[in-house]
Amino acid sequence: MKKSLLFSIISLSALSINAQEITLKGKELFGDLEARQIGPAIMSGRVSDLAMHPKNNQIIFLGAAGGGIWKSSDGGASFVPVFDKHIQSIGTITFDPNNPDNVIWAGTGETWTRNSVSVGDGIYKSTDGGLNWTNMGLPKSERISSIIVDPRDSNNIWVGVLGALWGDSEDRGIYNSKDGGKTWNKIHYVDNKTGCSDLVIDPSNPNVMYASFWEFRRTAWSFNSGGNASALFKTTDGGKTWNKIHNGFPAGKLGRIAIAVSPSNPNILFSVIECEKDTQKGLYKSEDAGKTWKHLNSDFELVVRPFYFSRITIDPKNPDIIYKGGLNGSISRDGGKTFRNLGAMHSDIHDIIIDPIDTNRIYVATDGGMYRSWNNGSTLDIVKNLPLSQYYHITLDNEEPYNIYGGLQDNGSWYGPSKSDGGIEARDWNSVGYGDGFRVLKHPTKKIIYSEMQGAENIWRYNLETKELKTIQPLQEKGVAKLRFNWNTPIVTGLHNPDRIYAGSQFVHVSDDMGASWKIISPDLTTNDKLKLNQENSGGLSKDNSGAENHCTLFTIAESPLNKDIIWAGADDGNVQITQDGGKTWKNVTANIIGLPKNTWCYHIEASNFAKGSAYAVFDGHTSNDQNTYVFKTTDFGTTWTSIVTKDIDGFARCIQEDYVNENLLFLGTEKGLYITVDGGKNWSKFENNMPAVAVMHLDLHKKTNDLVMATHGRGVIILDDVSILRQVTNNIIASEVHFFKTKPFVKEENSSFGATASELEFVGPNPNTSAQIVYYLKKRNTFGKIEMEIQDMNGNKIVNLPVSNQKGINIVSWNFNEKGPKVATGKTLDYSGFTTPLVPAGKYKAVLTKGKDKFTHEFEVINDPKSPVKEVDRADQRATTKMLFNKVERLAYMVYEIDEMIKLNGEIVAKDKNYAKTADKINAELNKLKNTMVITTGDNYVGSAEKKLREKLGAIYASIASQYDAPSPSQKANIESVMDLYNKAEVEFKRLEKLHLSKILEKAKKSNPEYKLKTFEEFIAS
Amino acid sequence: MKTLKNLLAATVLLFTCFTATAQTADEIINKYFENIGGKDKLLKVNSFKMNMVTNYNGLEIPVEIFNDKAGKMYVKINFQGKEITQLAFDGKTGWSTNFMTMKAEKLDSETTENMLLQTKEFPDPFLNYKEKGFKVELIGKETKEGTECFKIKLTKTPITVAGKKEENVIFYYFDTENYVPIMTESEIKEGPAKGQMSTSTMGDYQEVEGMYFPFTMNQGGQAMTVKTITINQPVDNKQFEMKTE
Repeated sequence: MKKSLLFSIISLSALSINAQEITLKGKELFGDLEARQIGPAIMSGRVSDLAMHPKNNQIIFLGAAGGGIWKSSDGGASFVPVFDKHIQSIGTITFDPNNPDNVIWAGTGETWTRNSVSVGDGIYKSTDGGLNWTNMGLPKSERISSIIVDPRDSNNIWVGVLGALWGDSEDRGIYNSKDGGKTWNKIHYVDNKTGCSDLVIDPSNPNVMYASFWEFRRTAWSFNSGGNASALFKTTDGGKTWNKIHNGFPAGKLGRIAIAVSPSNPNILFSVIECEKDTQKGLYKSEDAGKTWKHLNSDFELVVRPFYFSRITIDPKNPDIIYKGGLNGSISRDGGKTFRNLGAMHSDIHDIIIDPIDTNRIYVATDGGMYRSWNNGSTLDIVKNLPLSQYYHITLDNEEPYNIYGGLQDNGSWYGPSKSDGGIEARDWNSVGYGDGFRVLKHPTKKIIYSEMQGAENIWRYNLETKELKTIQPLQEKGVAKLRFNWNTPIVTGLHNPDRIYAGSQFVHVSDDMGASWKIISPDLTTNDKLKLNQENSGGLSKDNSGAENHCTLFTIAESPLNKDIIWAGADDGNVQITQDGGKTWKNVTANIIGLPKNTWCYHIEASNFAKGSAYAVFDGHTSNDQNTYVFKTTDFGTTWTSIVTKDIDGFARCIQEDYVNENLLFLGTEKGLYITVDGGKNWSKFENNMPAVAVMHLDLHKKTNDLVMATHGRGVIILDDVSILRQVTNNIIASEVHFFKTKPFVKEENSSFGATASELEFVGPNPNTSAQIVYYLKKRNTFGKIEMEIQDMNGNKIVNLPVSNQKGINIVSWNFNEKGPKVATGKTLDYSGFTTPLVPAGKYKAVLTKGKDKFTHEFEVINDPKSPVKEVDRADQRATTKMLFNKVERLAYMVYEIDEMIKLNGEIVAKDKNYAKTADKINAELNKLKNTMVITTGDNYVGSAEKKLREKLGAIYASIASQYDAPSPSQKANIESVMDLYNKAEVEFKRLEKLHLSKILEKAKKSNPEYKLKTFEEFIAS
Repeated sequence: MKTLKNLLAATVLLFTCFTATAQTADEIINKYFENIGGKDKLLKVNSFKMNMVTNYNGLEIPVEIFNDKAGKMYVKINFQGKEITQLAFDGKTGWSTNFMTMKAEKLDSETTENMLLQTKEFPDPFLNYKEKGFKVELIGKETKEGTECFKIKLTKTPITVAGKKEENVIFYYFDTENYVPIMTESEIKEGPAKGQMSTSTMGDYQEVEGMYFPFTMNQGGQAMTVKTITINQPVDNKQFEMKTE
């Protein structure tokens, strides 16, 4: 008992936490804290590669650009994620043709090298059909384009490595393993700029392979596709020697080259070539296994954006049917002479696979999810359970439940709720933008949304009430330098003036009238490096000036929550600037950041809630081929900076969130997931509970709910509900055997049970847990010995037992405010009132955890729904009526029990004493007559049900009253009166029969069955 | 309690000795049997009856599970004074109770066939696993339930799913301190979640007739608390036979 007191006293207030080292890492700390993946899947996201089992068309693997690997076991009707522990950017997936049920290979790192593409970390193998994956090496490959398993020998594997996008790399080329992936040898290499973009095998002769090599490079401000080193090679000796096969190819520099072998006639090859002259670009065909090539076609769909679309798929049975990925995707039925577009689906087609058993069935990977077609792509249907949405940014509002606003790669901008009746479904999401969507903001007080697309091409102001929609982006004005906006332009609403918006070009723009007029409040805050401003010539052999490479632009703007005149601005070229006078003067503090390489992209600045001079800055160097983590803190307006990075963090970071209450609680979004520190950055823990290793592009903490909401680039919105528990984690707690965390009062929410509309093949995001949650820390898992939990009222009366959670770290036990259910009379059928439990009234309760001999007690509070219109007096009436009916239900159960026992005992007596039979029959007939009015004794639980009896009538009104919050209505009261009339009559008759027969029967029964004892009411209820 | 303490002390001691050398799956399994009371005791077990409660929407529902060496089994729930056999197998026929009619119905033949395979697993799938034709493999160490564990892959006899033979694998996580499983994972074989892992946890190992069994379990989110375990108590055959009425 002493202990229990001691432990319930330890509940340190958050502010008393000092920055001690907390060495417990994620898996030993976070326990039952679990992320909630809410999608959406309505727009899905970019899929980079598809693979179908060669013999079983039920099995499909899908590789996403940023959402990991998914498996379908129902022919593409639905998918499940199977790669959440590993990096989520996928280049290629391949079945081992010798053991396709079990062995699957995956190369990480998407090869569709747009500006926002992620990175991989090697090659993975599963030997159990995708359940478990092991990294088999090639850690610096960054992007794997192809994997081929020798159809004669599963241990012989060839891998095409495209390699680094943002810098030189000697890890490019073709690799071979002869031992199932344990060791790798590089068997073909061109140079450190040119990687293997495709590797395909001749299905009739595994010694013959074709490999395309591509010279390519991105910088933050440009892209180049093509060079003298790009080439198509062929080997005929299993990869020992490789020869160029360019006979018929265009002269000069080449870009990305696609290559495919016809499965039904391996002498026929198709290649799509990017080259200098537009007239020579497009589709080439060889009918002699690559000896000679002939140019067939330069249609738009064949030549469009080769870096993004470079896949040819040939029908397995008919060499004249060819599909090509592209803006819309296209199909040829005449061997490549002519093409027509595929049917309506999301644009940007990256991969097409054909069912080898029914070649009319095709599956298509797009920027907006996966589509299936039963007629070669004429009509298509999207897979509805793939939440691969690629968010760039999110913000939150103050509604209840709050909404999440954000923009996505090629999928516009959306907002949707954090909670919805029946779960968060496709129907809950609302479109508020086009193109690539980025930042979407809710006006802090008005029903107005701001939404931005692609380099501030548009910033919309959308009035949700009047539906007024207008563009408000800062426009070019006379005498002002040409405005440069980032593809992902920063816009921020004012914290101190709700009508204020900031927008960033190279300048900070401010509007105090919701975007009607703008004023520039800064000089050019970037490096304005002319060498980085030549986007018109970006792209290499195929010009690609989408705006995505705009550079020397502001990327993050942060207004101090403590002072409206303190504003931070960070630029993609590395500059960090601050004004302390509302923009009159700016100070460039970039040079003060020691340890940060020059020109490292400033991705996010978070102005602190605790001190005016404090801020965090996160830098992302991956576009300079630097994947280190850079997170700094200043407490003196940027004069000095301290790195808060430790070795715990793997990979580059993009964003940080400071807690509002505990200065030492920080959340960091990185390319490989979420990291949390509870000691100001001395130790970081990766959070992995239902949180995939996905790129976190932005995060925000909701002030009312304390929910951490993450914008992931490949797995939609992921929420870590109520992180306030983490505010309380200290060394004292970690040292204690058991510790209960303080929780805010739990709201008994008054909700309907309506809402769900989705089919089981559609994604539905789960709602937050709205039960009372008893949260405790266990120093050690209780593997041996008893551990139990019960809820008690403040007088120590047990209400219910709860199943215990029992792991080392944080445990959460949920209680849905229920008391125990009524014991219902036994009849022929089940009565559903038995499933209805009364709810406890608002008030204080205790959770008692019993561990061996020790008891640990925790008090918490339950409150009524503040939104509820129900008056306290009506609640009291509802409770009293429920209780009265509950008791009657149980009393009736006991009467039926007694009747059944009397009949049973009569039977026993008759078995020994035949002379008693006549008397017994008479008594039983009386008892059964009464029983037949009390419970159903015939029929079934469905349409064979019998006429309702007292149990069913009483149960029905009990269940109605127990499930509502307000007082019984006049109609319900009238019904109760009628049911009680039946009850009373039954009781009178029961008492008469009981008085007449019970003691006699018991006495007689004793002779034959001396052990027999009729249960008392209390014993009966407890049994 | 004394036994438990000695046991724990012994395992800690052994654990520290063992950490110096690499563990094999067999060493871990043998240690497991030692710690739960010994193989000899388990070999003498002919039947188990477990009485437990499960929590459904805040209601505690009593469940009784019986298993024996011959493969007979039943799962009964007790609700509103009615005992309902949710699932039973008499060694030949598997059946369940239809909740609409409350009448017994045969399970589909594939499920029955797979139930028959489970006979071999009694009383513990690891007991003489080689004779059963099962395979074990130590995959490595992983932290589960905040606790360091050995991950052991147990490959049992393939089962039939939708007409096809499929591998029947369970991953066991043995706590490295106590050498008992605290978690298992297995592939969901049917429905929209097919291809994903289903997780079960187990804890509160308590002594019954000199052996230790987990008294709390959570199977894919469904919590169960064991109240009593009865060993080698004969049960009337009628309990397993499909009722024709």
